Amino acid sequence: MSLIITNVNKTFTNFPALRDVTFEARSGEFIALLGPSGSGKTTLLRLLAGLDTPNSGSITFEGEDYLKLNPRDRRVGMVFQSYALFRHMTVAQNIAFGLNVRPGKQRPSKVEIKSTVDRLLRLIQMEDLGKRYPSQLSGGQRQRVALARALAINPRILLLDEPFGALDALVRKDLRRWLKRIHHETGVTTIFVTHDQEEALDLADRVVVLKAGKVEQIGTPLEIHSQPSSAFVFDFLGSANKANGRIKDGVAHFDGFNAPVAGAANDGDYTLRFRPYEVHLARDGTGIPVTVTAVLPAGSNLRLELKGTDGSLFETQHQHGSAAHGFAVGDQLRLRPERVYAYA
Amino acid sequence: MTGQPDTATEPVIPDHFQAPHPATGTTHVLPGFKITLGLTVFYLSLIVVIPLAALIARPWEHGLSGFLFVLTDTRVLHSLWLSFFTALAAAVVNTFAGLVVAWVLTRYNFPGRKLLDALIDLPFALPTAVAGIALSSLYASTGWIGSLTEPLGLKIAYTPIGIFLALTFIGLPFVVRSVQPVLAEFEAEIEEAAETLGASALQTALRVILPALMPSLVTGFSLALARGVGEYGSVIFIAGNMPYISEIAPLLIVIKLQEFDYAGAAAVGVIMLAISLVILLFLNIAQRYFASVGGTNAGSAK
Amino acid sequence: MTAKAARAPKTTGAVLLLLFTLLWLGFIILLPLINVLATAFSQGLPPYLAALQTEDAKAAILLTLLVAAISVPLNALFGVCAAWCITRFEFRGKSLLLSILDLPFSISPVISGLVWILLFGFQGWFGFLMRDHDIKIVFALPGLVLATVLVTLPFIARELIPLMEDQGTDEEVAARTLGARGWDIFFRVTLPNIKWALLYGVLLCTARAMGEFGAVSVVSGHIRGLTDTLPLYIEITYNQYDTIGAFAAASILAGLAIVTLVLKTLLEWRFAGELAASRRH
Repeated sequence: MSLIITNVNKTFTNFPALRDVTFEARSGEFIALLGPSGSGKTTLLRLLAGLDTPNSGSITFEGEDYLKLNPRDRRVGMVFQSYALFRHMTVAQNIAFGLNVRPGKQRPSKVEIKSTVDRLLRLIQMEDLGKRYPSQLSGGQRQRVALARALAINPRILLLDEPFGALDALVRKDLRRWLKRIHHETGVTTIFVTHDQEEALDLADRVVVLKAGKVEQIGTPLEIHSQPSSAFVFDFLGSANKANGRIKDGVAHFDGFNAPVAGAANDGDYTLRFRPYEVHLARDGTGIPVTVTAVLPAGSNLRLELKGTDGSLFETQHQHGSAAHGFAVGDQLRLRPERVYAYA
Repeated sequence: MTGQPDTATEPVIPDHFQAPHPATGTTHVLPGFKITLGLTVFYLSLIVVIPLAALIARPWEHGLSGFLFVLTDTRVLHSLWLSFFTALAAAVVNTFAGLVVAWVLTRYNFPGRKLLDALIDLPFALPTAVAGIALSSLYASTGWIGSLTEPLGLKIAYTPIGIFLALTFIGLPFVVRSVQPVLAEFEAEIEEAAETLGASALQTALRVILPALMPSLVTGFSLALARGVGEYGSVIFIAGNMPYISEIAPLLIVIKLQEFDYAGAAAVGVIMLAISLVILLFLNIAQRYFASVGGTNAGSAK
Repeated sequence: MTAKAARAPKTTGAVLLLLFTLLWLGFIILLPLINVLATAFSQGLPPYLAALQTEDAKAAILLTLLVAAISVPLNALFGVCAAWCITRFEFRGKSLLLSILDLPFSISPVISGLVWILLFGFQGWFGFLMRDHDIKIVFALPGLVLATVLVTLPFIARELIPLMEDQGTDEEVAARTLGARGWDIFFRVTLPNIKWALLYGVLLCTARAMGEFGAVSVVSGHIRGLTDTLPLYIEITYNQYDTIGAFAAASILAGLAIVTLVLKTLLEWRFAGELAASRRH
């Protein structure tokens, strides 16, 4: 049961929204489409739902040509960014909608519909709220109803368009955990669109990174994170520190020290990138000379902002309780990256 | 910033500054409250309240029995029944036809759409007397339509059917203009959600869109009804004005005035006023009911 | 979130709906309009022009313009006053005020004329003016004006109130803190913001004032040449089978209605944003 997308192109008037997009979602997989606004993620999702047609390319599901089917026949469950709940129907009626509109023979009996609705209400932990109207629910609750409504039709694929976008941070975290559990229980192939890299890496089995309509990288969260294939992916996934250096024989040479290079790279001069948490910071020794400009205790870590002699800015991250706690604004330190990434 | 506070100048109080009123405890920041409120209340009293008071007080000139006498007069009753029933029929027809028209104007693109859209307001903008003679001559036995229908046995002018058609003309814009903005703002995502859940276009229209349009349909219906009950100019020419058959209530008021039966005229007027207020009350209650089931906009709750 | 874009009708259902709409609108709206114009010119141009140049016709036209010229500015002034006090201040009884403001819309025009007879007619509360002092309010110009004012009272206020409500008081309050006086605030800050809605309201009010029939018919006394506005003139000529006379006059008012619609559409098209606020009643 897999979804195969091959060389899909979509252009709006003069704007190429998707260019030669190819990837595959295996049965039961949770795929995240990750990218900044305008990268084509939502367009791709709408193509999968059948709300739009590609200019070229193919989409098949279990070998069946999906492009020949209209949205009604594709049986995809779609959760929109704005939830799109039916305002004048109760929660139960919303969930039952997909079953109620089935043509005569395919429609389940009233009893069956009720039991499906009840089962889903239990799944989304809203058993007592079936008679409420959407306007009487919180944002997080509406989100769950939208999901239950999509699941009610027993979809072959579940499409989620930035479903947690409009919610505040704590609710998002809760829902993330909850969605993971739901996916585990139902096992539906899921495509999840987001611009939040933390969310994507947290939820997905595999991540597809999109930039300006093109696929930048496909991989597991671990692969994407530790082996970003381009500067764009590296920068998108988190803070990037940059320093100029030269690579020779797989080692990066800086002024007074070296650092190992992640991945293979040809010899030459580069702007090398490194992560805030893969650094060594000390009062003396070798390294880039920097001055501390800010000390920021941010939640689970300690963050330091530093400035080099040439004005370049750096950011470092340390565990609470490490030596970094002794540093104060104005201290002159030495910054040494422990691992660098090189991109052409 | 360190240093001495600047005491060189005191704050300057503008000479038209109004200190908070200790009596009311509130300040009106903007000026002109008393005068505008005064003028508004004065104007409204003069133009609306006092005249209506004169209307409401008048029927009792001959006591309660006098009023009841008018109220139970069969000619009066029949005229009220005629005015109300034709207005109701016209409002119902306009609700269905208006829904279709609003749907077509909002959802379909075709040459002449903008022109047609502007034309919807014509019954609203056209003076009632003009509409009156136009419709009357159209449906008279020598008119374009009357000459076609009368040989078939259908007499329209000077009958309640004529009144019904005139009121349909008058009420047309109300439903269309009530429904249009709601339909125009209806979110595409709701329809797409219904589509992905398996609903056909017809099912989406009936189960998802139509219920969301109910408040505006009720509003349009009520407005058309209220307007039709009291309509005079467009109806007076096409109605036969025969007592007990095709005489509308407003005409009865005019006739009573000509007979110097002020109390009688006022009595009929008061009853018509009561009918209008009941319709408004109904509309109010209906709107509150719809608001309680989730707001006044069409579309999803966010 | 956006609405679905309008597209060409493709399904048979859509085509049928479109056909119904065209037939329905053509039958209900266009036919009467065409009838007016066709009948007015049915005997050619010279009789049409002659009909408009009779003494009574000319008097009717002038009277109609005069009544409008008095009623509309009065209601405009009132509308601005009412909008200012309702949208810029909080006070008890506001909703009562608004309900009274809306009343003229809900009552029959005949009642809007009847009330003035009840006040100033021979047997009215102030009938003594007529009986003893020969001061005519009804059956004369003042009555016509009063009836027209009552019928068209809400038009301008109803355009201004939602708009000014929507715009909020921030700008005026800012002007106040900068030291502006009342008139300054109104003319320099408020008026520029509401000018299109005001124009729109004046347009609707004028059109209605010139076309009002029922209310004016009751208070006019039908004194030909003196108290017959154009709509009343139409009634009289029509009832006397002076078809060309009636329809010629009607064609003027119909033309006025079309001009109103054109101006209305123009204003809506160019100032859609500001006017949209006043649409959200």
